[in-house]
Parts: sequence; structure tokens; C-alpha cells
Amino acid sequence: MILLRLAFKSLRARALTTTLTVFSIALSMMLLVGVDRLRDAAQAGFSGTLSKTDLIVGARGGGLPLLLSSVFHIGNASNNISWESYQHFAHHPAVAWTIPISMGDSYHGYRVIATDDNFYAHYKYRKDKSLKIVRGHTPEEIFDVALGAEVASRLHLSLGQHIILAHGIESKSIINHDTTPFAVVGILAPTATPVDRAVYITLLGDEAMHFGWTDGTPPAIGEAVPKLDPSKLKVDEITCFLLGTKSRISTLYLQREINTYKPETLTAIIPAFTLQELWGLLDYADTALSLVCVAVLVVGLLAMLIALYTALNERRREIAILRAIGLHARQIFILFLIESTLIATVGTAVGIAAVYVLLFLLRTTVENYFGLPIALVGLSTRVEYYALATIVAGALLGTVPAFRAYRNSLADGLNAQ
Amino acid sequence: MTTAAAIHMQNILFAYQPAKTILQIDDFSIPAGGRVFLHGPSGSGKTTLLSLISGILVAQQGIVTVLGEHLAKLSPSARDRLRGSQIGYIFQGFNLIPYLTVAENIALPCELHDTRRARISEPTIAKEVTRLARRLDIDTHLNKPVTQLSTGQQQRVAIARALIGSPALVIADEPTSSLDTDRRDAFLALLTEAIEEARKRDNADTTLLFVSHDRSLATHFDHIFSLSDINTASQPQEVNA
Repeated sequence: MILLRLAFKSLRARALTTTLTVFSIALSMMLLVGVDRLRDAAQAGFSGTLSKTDLIVGARGGGLPLLLSSVFHIGNASNNISWESYQHFAHHPAVAWTIPISMGDSYHGYRVIATDDNFYAHYKYRKDKSLKIVRGHTPEEIFDVALGAEVASRLHLSLGQHIILAHGIESKSIINHDTTPFAVVGILAPTATPVDRAVYITLLGDEAMHFGWTDGTPPAIGEAVPKLDPSKLKVDEITCFLLGTKSRISTLYLQREINTYKPETLTAIIPAFTLQELWGLLDYADTALSLVCVAVLVVGLLAMLIALYTALNERRREIAILRAIGLHARQIFILFLIESTLIATVGTAVGIAAVYVLLFLLRTTVENYFGLPIALVGLSTRVEYYALATIVAGALLGTVPAFRAYRNSLADGLNAQ
Repeated sequence: MTTAAAIHMQNILFAYQPAKTILQIDDFSIPAGGRVFLHGPSGSGKTTLLSLISGILVAQQGIVTVLGEHLAKLSPSARDRLRGSQIGYIFQGFNLIPYLTVAENIALPCELHDTRRARISEPTIAKEVTRLARRLDIDTHLNKPVTQLSTGQQQRVAIARALIGSPALVIADEPTSSLDTDRRDAFLALLTEAIEEARKRDNADTTLLFVSHDRSLATHFDHIFSLSDINTASQPQEVNA
């Protein structure tokens, strides 16, 4: 106990060095734990891009491309699904709801997604969050468009404005749908998912843009452009659809049924699995980040070692006095060991406390702006391991100056000047 | 000498390096309860001798008996315990732990050793510290950091720490060399008085071993020895006193 008190007072007497050393370890710890929490948040945010959807159905193709194109708006679907097939599964007894999606056009590089009201009713992200319209309403008329939050804010669009959509998904498109301007009727609340980066029209709106087109090309110059007759519009094909089952148990057999559907070759994927697969691909970046954090921690601990070691010379006198009043050389060793362990422990505690306070204060901001839902869990097992490893490493490194002090105390005896 | 010797050294040989004998003492005794002045110029092996007596170093040959204990037969930690509980040590200068207050410095031996705590005359350590501090006229500085004290005050704190818990042996290693002449005598008077009082108070046989190169101080003591008479080893020059 007396040794603990001595160690504490000696550290307090060297307040500046001690504070800086504690600070450097605390910073390393903050970084390590912060990255750990953010990694969890990133994974939660990523797998929460789409939730409650049991299957995504598209034309025959790979699972990953289907997920990427339907949810992340990356790449193109290889093929379309006929309206009949869609209707077949939309009315399937095991199916609770479906969200049809038609893609292929863009607006300033943002995807145009043609869908219906089911999208606003059933699309869920981050467990059970629904889409919300902050201003206006969902598209109802043929030439209504709703904007994702990012589209609205980046392009400074507001309700009532008319926009011309571009054909194709390239940001510099050759063909614009000049004749069919869309009116902005709604703006969606930010979700920090790809939903923010798209504009939404009705399925018939999509058809209206391409009215009179044949095989994906507009009527040639000079060719008679048919007058748009809304009553003649009908949906022939969609790109893919999202599907929710009445009972999740039926997901697997429904998936098999879709995959073996005779009239048309289809692919159904379980988004949760495919999202996980995709996350696995990103894992190496995460490992690299963790390694950097560990390196920072090592630097922090080395700073402590240097601080304690350089103080040794000026403390020889102190050691001689302690020896004179009857401290064993062994106790000198323990005294120095306690000092390093105290520094490492306090640094670790301060670092963890600071990062948790910071995450607590910033969690709503981080979630809204970056889509990283930070779970307010207690110390996770991994953080506990980090803390323990830091303290143990601090104590182990502390044996270096401690052993030196021990040797000094034996060599100098009462003779240190 | 009688069997009541506080320190007895016999046939001592000590060398830091082989073939460079620093101390060779055939027979040297300090009587219990004596006030002993040991004269030794710089480089005469004073600090080495004191390290042998306090059990920090062990002689390669010979027997060192301190307060009835045969030091070589004790384990290192038992020697440390003996030193802490039975010996009060005053250094030449810088006697104090820099990060403790005056009171904490004085109380330290009692915190570390039950035997010394058991021997204090006041009911608590704090009261004993105050009593000693008042006697040594440093009681107004008790809660100050030691760095704010003058050298003379620091040396008085060192006396208080050496005397608290009435150790049987007080060793002072050139404690006056950092003081000027006036203060030197005052310090010496204070030290001997304080030990005298401790003797009376605790009915103890406190032995004082005072080591200095300054012969003029010898008048304050009952027994006077010269290290050059005791030590028959030829003196190497590089040893620091």
C-alpha cells in the first residue's frame, strides 16, 4: 500500500510528464476503441441498408450483381422480368408484399427508380425504419417525381420544380427525355443509405418517358412521334422486385420456387446473406485500420517507456534514500512497476471513457450524416481485451525501467549522488 | 570491547573488483550507546564501510555484527528490514524524497516498519511527527513540499526522520558538509541533544555513528576513531567518499 502511495505521489510530482504520457496512451486507446465501435457501426449500417426484405428477385444472374444494382444502384441488371412473372409472385399466397423496381434512367448521375406505393410502405432500413417524406407527397401522377435527400440538397431542388431525366445511367447522357419533364412533388427524409441518392417516379411514369420507343431507342428523326395517351400506358417489364414473405419460414422454399420458375428464368437472393458476403470483401480494409491503431498504441506505450526510463537517472538519489530507510531492492522494482501500470491503467480508462462520451454525444450526428448507427453497448468483449492487453503491455514494458532501477539500487546502494 | 557492542567488525575484506581491496579491517567495535566520531578523509572508504554496516553491501570475508545480528547470515531482505527498523540514516545532502511533504518524509520509516511505529511515544504517527518537528523547529513547514526548505531545514528534517521510532543506531554520513560553519555547530548540537532526549525518553541505548572528514567536529563525541587507523588496505584514489 505504501508503495502504491509512493508511486502515485511520485507520478503526481512529475505531473506534466505523467499527464502527457497518460494522454498519449489515452489517445491510442481512443483510436483503437473508436475504430472498433465505428467498425461495428459500419457493419450494422451496411447490413441495415436494406432490412425486412426477405428476397430480391431479378433476372437470371449472380447474387452480388443483383444486390449491387437493386440496392446500391451500382452496375446494371443483365435482364428484365416480365410483368406476368412479377404478378405471379406478387399474388403468391406466401408473399406479403412486393416492391417492383424499374431502372435504366438517371438524373445528373443519380438513378431514376420507377416503383409504386409499396416502396414507401414496405421499404425498411436499419431494422425497422421506414422511408419518410419530409416535404410534399409520394409520386401519384405519371409525371410526379420524389427526390432522395442527397439529390434534393446537392442539386438544390425544391417542390414544384420541373426536371428533365436522362436516358441511360451515364452521368453525361446523350439522350434526354426532353418531352417529358417531371414535377418534383416530394422529398424524402435522409436515411444515410443509397435511397438518398436516387429519384423516384411511378412505373407508368417510366413507361411514359419511353412511349413510342422501340427496343430501347426513341423514334428516329422525322418519324412520327405518337402523342402520349396515358390510357395506353402499361407496364410490360420491370428490372427486379423486393419481396416480403408472410412468414419468414417460407423464405427458403419460396426462393427455390422462384429459382426454378419454369416460364421465366429468375434469380432470388436473400439480401441479408448477400450483404454479409459483400461485407466480407471489405474486411481487409478493416484489418488494415486495426493494425494502424495497434501501431499507434505501441507508440503510446513506447512514449511511456521513454518517459519512465529517462526519469531514472534523476531518481537515483531517491532510490538510495528509499533503500536507506529499509526498502528492499525488490520493492524498488515493484514501485517502478506500479508507476508504469498506473499510467497504462489510467490512460486506458481515460481513453475508453473519452471515446464513449464522444460517441454518445456524436451518435445522432454520425448516424444521420454517415449512416453509421453506433450501438450504445457497454464494453464489448473486444474492448475489454484491448484494455487488458494495453495494461498488461504497459506493465510488461514497465519492467524495463523497473529492472534498471532495481539494478541501480543494488549497484549504488546508499552512494548515489 | 564488551559484548554490548552496537557494531563489531572482524577480519573484514571488501573489494568492488578483485585485487583492489578497499577495506581491510581486523577488528573494530563501536560500543552500544556510544557517541562515536569516525574520521575519514575523502576516498578513505567511508561510504563503503557504512554500506557494510547498514547491510547494503556484504564483505567478501569476515564478520559484521550489527546490533547483535550477524549480517552475512541474514537474507538480503532481512538485512533491509534490520536497516529500516533499527538504523536511522542521515545523508550528506538531499536527504528527502522530493515528491513527499516534510511530514510524509519524516513519517516514512514508521509507515514502512511496524517495529519503528511501535516505538513512537505519541499515540499516533502524526503526533509523533509534530513533536519531533517542534523539537527541531521545523513544525511550521510540515505540510510544505521539501523543495521549499533551506538546506539547514532539510537536514533537520533528516534528523527527524532518522530519529522517529527510536532506532538503536543512528548513522550520519557527512551531514554537515552542506552547511556553513555556524550552522554546522548548531546542527551538531541539535543532533546530539535530540539523541540524548530520545535516549532518556525511550530509555534506549541509542548509538550515534557520525562520520566526517572534519576533525574539528570531534569534540562533540565520546569516542573518536580514524578510518585510516582501522583500515589497513592501501587506498585507491577513485573511490568517492
